[in-house]
Amino acid sequence: MNNMPSWEIWLIIGGLGVGSFLMRYSFLGVIGERALPDGVMRHLRYTAVAVLPGLVAPAVLWPDATGGEPDPARLIAAAVAVGIGYITRNVLAGVTSGAAALYAGLWLLG
Amino acid sequence: MTTTTRKTAFIAGIRDGFPFIFLMAPFGMLFGVVAVEAGLKVIEALAFSVIVIAGAAQFTAVALAEDDVPTVVILLTALAVNLRMAMYSVALTPHLGGAGQWTRALMAYLMVDQSFALSSLKFEQETSWGLQQKMGYYFGVILPVAPTWYLATLAGALVGAQIPEALALDFALPLVFLAMVATALRTLAHIAAAAVSIILSLAFAFLPFSLGLLVAALVAMIVGARVEQWQHRRQGAAE
Repeated sequence: MNNMPSWEIWLIIGGLGVGSFLMRYSFLGVIGERALPDGVMRHLRYTAVAVLPGLVAPAVLWPDATGGEPDPARLIAAAVAVGIGYITRNVLAGVTSGAAALYAGLWLLG
Repeated sequence: MTTTTRKTAFIAGIRDGFPFIFLMAPFGMLFGVVAVEAGLKVIEALAFSVIVIAGAAQFTAVALAEDDVPTVVILLTALAVNLRMAMYSVALTPHLGGAGQWTRALMAYLMVDQSFALSSLKFEQETSWGLQQKMGYYFGVILPVAPTWYLATLAGALVGAQIPEALALDFALPLVFLAMVATALRTLAHIAAAAVSIILSLAFAFLPFSLGLLVAALVAMIVGARVEQWQHRRQGAAE
């Protein structure tokens, strides 16, 4: 990103701001009482779980920090973050235990 | 039985929103740190949090920008992460749709996971509440949340550059997203969608411009919706 010009960063910030606002405003502001078709709602329910895991999966399996080689410490940390997050239903608990596993792994294996 | 005015609803909202300070402060700082690490200026990191005010989408945009992905793809992917806001908008409209145009615009700007989650739960419980009480509660909830997000981002951006490499901050973002997704895996349909997202994004990782992620996300959404439908039908058949 270091070679990304400043105007491009501001374009991203502005575009994301406007786009996010329009999605938040969509029904509340314009459409009012009319409901979306069930089929559309059914797909919208899965946007977060459909995008976020795919976004980070390559960084988990092929981290830049190791030149793309799978790293046991990072793989274990990812598994711990998912497992603890799933069991506790608490994001911070998942993140902190994942981070603890990462540091323990880097220290033991590194 | 006490009557709830707009003011008491507002105070109840502040009380319920207060604990989120302890979630927003570390995440806001983390965004500030990650943004500055990725090469953003402090003012750009802060502008992200004030203008976009959506953690997951902000993290997504910064992660993709760091990989030199084209701007159009960054915008589309980060907006896809934010599509759930349209669902929040749908769910809140029956409760808050009667407010004035400018108030609705302000409520839309402040529509985040926390304000949606607390308000939609409260509005279902408090069936006697009218528009005034609901508006008071909504703005009360967001009062501790949004300023914490802005200030924590600023703080994180200011200290960010001084964080040593040994802290392995490259992995902070994956850990945050994985933990967020894990807490959202409520049904088999969620798990199926997440699994498809991972498998396809790895399988199509060779595609340029993060197109692999777009393909993975689209197919994962369809799979989630299909599994949900299939589960409903099976439930119906069992009864």
